[in-house]
Amino acid sequence: MSEPLLEISGLTSGYGDVQVLWGIDIVVNAGEIACLVGSNGAGKTTLMRTISGICETTSGKVIFDGNDITGAPANKVLGAGIAHVPEGRRLFRGLSVRDNLMLGAYMRDDKSGVKEDLERVFDLFPILRERHNQDATTMSGGQQQMCAIARGIMSRPRLLMIDELSLGLAPNLVEDLAESLVEINRQGTTIIVVEQDVMTAFELAEHAFVVETGKIMKSGRTSELSDDPIIREAYLGM
Amino acid sequence: MSGPVIELQSVARRFGGIQAVRDVSLKLEEGEVVGMIGPNGAGKTTLVNCITGVHPATSGKVLFEGRDVTRQRPFEAARSGLCRTFQVVQPFPEMTVLQNVAAGALFGQKISRLSQAYDAAHEHLEFVGIDQFADMPASNLTLANRKRLELAKSLAMKPRVLMLDEVNAGLNSAEINGALDLIKKISDQGISIIVIEHLMKVIMTLSQRILVLHHGELIAQGDPRQVVNDPKVVEAYLGEKFAKRIMGNDHV
Amino acid sequence: MSRYAVILFALWVVVLAATPFFAENYVVRAAIVIAMYSTMALSWNVIGGFAGYPSLATAAFVGLGSYVGAVSQVNGVPMVLAWALATLVVALVSLAIGALLLRLKGHYFAIGSIVLVELFRLIASSWSSVTGGGNGLNVPLLRWEPDDVGLFILMVMLALMILAFAMNVVVKNTRLGFGLQCIRQNEDAADMVGVNTTKYKVAGFMLSTILCGTVGAVYASWVGYIDPSESFQILLTLKVAVMALLGGAGTLLGPVVGAATFVILEEVVWVNFLSWNRAILGVLIVFLIFFLPNGILRTGAFSFLRSDGASGSKRA
Repeated sequence: MSEPLLEISGLTSGYGDVQVLWGIDIVVNAGEIACLVGSNGAGKTTLMRTISGICETTSGKVIFDGNDITGAPANKVLGAGIAHVPEGRRLFRGLSVRDNLMLGAYMRDDKSGVKEDLERVFDLFPILRERHNQDATTMSGGQQQMCAIARGIMSRPRLLMIDELSLGLAPNLVEDLAESLVEINRQGTTIIVVEQDVMTAFELAEHAFVVETGKIMKSGRTSELSDDPIIREAYLGM
Repeated sequence: MSGPVIELQSVARRFGGIQAVRDVSLKLEEGEVVGMIGPNGAGKTTLVNCITGVHPATSGKVLFEGRDVTRQRPFEAARSGLCRTFQVVQPFPEMTVLQNVAAGALFGQKISRLSQAYDAAHEHLEFVGIDQFADMPASNLTLANRKRLELAKSLAMKPRVLMLDEVNAGLNSAEINGALDLIKKISDQGISIIVIEHLMKVIMTLSQRILVLHHGELIAQGDPRQVVNDPKVVEAYLGEKFAKRIMGNDHV
Repeated sequence: MSRYAVILFALWVVVLAATPFFAENYVVRAAIVIAMYSTMALSWNVIGGFAGYPSLATAAFVGLGSYVGAVSQVNGVPMVLAWALATLVVALVSLAIGALLLRLKGHYFAIGSIVLVELFRLIASSWSSVTGGGNGLNVPLLRWEPDDVGLFILMVMLALMILAFAMNVVVKNTRLGFGLQCIRQNEDAADMVGVNTTKYKVAGFMLSTILCGTVGAVYASWVGYIDPSESFQILLTLKVAVMALLGGAGTLLGPVVGAATFVILEEVVWVNFLSWNRAILGVLIVFLIFFLPNGILRTGAFSFLRSDGASGSKRA
């Protein structure tokens, strides 16, 4: 039976004077794939950033694997086992693909494990092996996305959070990426995705959280939510 | 005006050892809306860069309204009405939303007075629906709104041809409907449009014709329904699952 | 709003202009130096502040202005005409050189501009038939009472300072200034939005040198003697940039505040800690980098002065 891996209660945060999250309650179980959907500006990206420590938490609790990581700085969150693949990729300019990937493993000291994971990541995304010496930011958008996700995997996280999975990616690539994520999940990594293509999100994830105006409006199994007429109209455009 | 508004004759572009675009010939007729799809790295953005002088073609010709503009500089393209948005949004980070759009009016449209440019900027911001953020620093906008800003900035340049490079990325399926209306309105103004997108809903709804780029070459072009059924296109770009989704229902 | 800036500037000019009437000679001299540096810092602001191209060529054109002014006067040209000639020559030379120099960006541009200072110095010291070479050049002195000379030069320098300020105001409120700021923030995006970046940068560069040439010519007339190492000082060129940055590059009053602060500080330090003078300059630069990276006028206390209205951190 699945244990809760990430438990968030009453989380609030924002930017300066502007509050964006107004009390988020989420539970993600170990081994799950969950998705966050919602309108533009609803707070999905802010939520991810608050969890990973980029945005400051104003109140609430974030419990990961039994440990309270509320308000922990970004490096501690990564150290606890949460990797955040940000919106817009944010690869390191001037560094090769390989260097970007190795930076993902910066906090690890198990050299053989890191090597193993590098191979694993090259197997998942062969184009990265091909271009491993190329400046990561000179690749096309989709290839950069692959590199960013791979970088996240390199920290061998227990929880991988991906913000905007399919942004700028060709449909067949999204399909491949989704398959890769299923494989990564099968190997033991819990995944949370923010995804605007709700159809793809619902196919990939078991559990969905609908974020609107900084709160969780609805949550449930994706198989059930995709039949919900309100969801269908608002997010699936049907 | 007779003849295509844009014509590419055997355009090719290489970067060192990499042939990003090879032998592409195409025409854009006035008032058309053409969709361009293709895998990442296929050369779509490079092609736009060739047309706008950012990375001039290493061989072949680019004709704009019959004139050879292959060697033009980016600012010349911008002023003559060849405008484009950017896949990776490039605002002026320290300026407000209004100022960013005013830049388009000042330099693309060649308005000389700042106050006039600001008025024009407000109009365009209203048109794309973000006028309420006019005085906000551009860097504080969400991704989707930054794309709106790009659009407003390009419109402020009074384009004759508008190349939209993934301007809808970041919107969910329902929000895209609003974006589609916007683009249709722009087309109604007589502006010829090339839409580069991965969102097939946008492509299928808007395009009168689709161009498919792969490894720098045009592997298919023509009627949308035909193109998405083309096995080459399915293999190179759409994937089986997605192809079924498009043909299966209209709610892509 | 810019209005505050203009009013404060006008007040400052009045204060400086009044020094001969209420203060000792060395204060008047300091006022002249402040006016000089303010002019140069305000000029620098156009290319360094607005356009973001950190020019270190100031000394090259001040020196060029000194030499053209001095050589003209030696050859019988009346003083004010010599100043005008110096200004014209500097404008033409900077136009020609700018077209080449501004192909460089960022650090390369800074280095290229500093090379200019050395280059001009070498020309001045080698072309002895015209410039007197290493022996320097004596300029016909103004044969008035010293107090009158001081007053006159102060008024001239203040006039130049006012012109430099006016230039900043005009540039900032027109298309040229907007274009330069676009270039600073994202040169590629500026290009693609329709800015002829080369033309704008060269124009900005030219504007940043013209009044420096005049300052050089006036200085030569005031001091009566110039030589290559005095006229083309790298230290001068660095100080001017530091002053503008200290006050706040890209603002209207920043260069003025920076120049005044720097000169006054230097006077105080020079008088009291002569042997520590250079060290204090170094410490000041380090302080600047750590605590005031955007200059004095960009700290919160002075936000009422700024006309760039972008306020609030609302996320939408």
